[in-house]
Amino acid sequence: MKQGAHANQGVHVKLNLFRFASPAAFYPLAGRLIPWFWALALPSIAFALYWGFFHTPEILSEQKQYYRIIFPHVGAAWMSMWLYVVMVGWAAVGLVFNTRLSFMMASATAPTGALFTFLALWTGAFWGKTSWGTWWDWDPRMTSELILLFLYIGYMALQSAIDDTRRADRAAALLAIVGLICVPIIFWSINCPDPTQCAALHQRSSLEHVERNILVAMFVMAFGFWMYSFAVILMRLRNIILARERHASWVMQLPEVGR
Amino acid sequence: MSFQQWLSMGGYGFYVWAAYGMTALLLAGEVLYLIQQRRARLRTLRRLARMNRSESR
Repeated sequence: MKQGAHANQGVHVKLNLFRFASPAAFYPLAGRLIPWFWALALPSIAFALYWGFFHTPEILSEQKQYYRIIFPHVGAAWMSMWLYVVMVGWAAVGLVFNTRLSFMMASATAPTGALFTFLALWTGAFWGKTSWGTWWDWDPRMTSELILLFLYIGYMALQSAIDDTRRADRAAALLAIVGLICVPIIFWSINCPDPTQCAALHQRSSLEHVERNILVAMFVMAFGFWMYSFAVILMRLRNIILARERHASWVMQLPEVGR
Repeated sequence: MSFQQWLSMGGYGFYVWAAYGMTALLLAGEVLYLIQQRRARLRTLRRLARMNRSESR
């Protein structure tokens, strides 16, 4: 394969582009990237916690100190949607180019996405209980976020239900792509058409009206969650590669497997 | 402000710490699970490698 690439310049360029599309090439690269993502994630989350608890106002005009739930809540909600888009992106690349690594990337993303979706709902419930007086309400945004959780779970369940990996990947990818419609619905669903009727529920929010220090803690926390996702997804990807490629000779030659 | 006072979060301590606690628990749990999964898979692979070697002998 390498000799063929040298013989033809066009093929050579193409091979370079797709070089890291092979699990054997990406496995060590992912291993080198993981510590860097931890180095970005942990200080960001620590800084966001520090800023969110010690540099933001004690009490906001109406909301009391429970508003601090906003930091993990918004970060988790953003990641739940973003990771779904990422997962669908890899699934689509896998369907189009038929690259094994893309499907592995998609399935490595799903559990972390589901985790953040659950956390968005969980933290939201504790905020809802304090500010709206209820743990749960069938608000359009909450309902569509719940559907997103079921989509993640459905993706993982469908993939593990089909024995043939190739067919499982393709079927789950299709399910994920169809479910993408949920993301814009969550993003643009606004609970209350008339804010004077129900002032406290999810409503159109403008970042300009948020206190500066709260914005800082919110964005840094979201960035920390994002970097955490990179680290964890690459860790899971490496585990998936080890499981799926266990019969490949390059896996057997890995230093961690031993001579 | 004392530590106790800070923990109480103006009376909303239960809600704040339940939200943060679950977040910390799940994020840390995911990492620990993945580390353990990697160890288990490497163990299986080492066993496989040993079997291959003894077969080829």
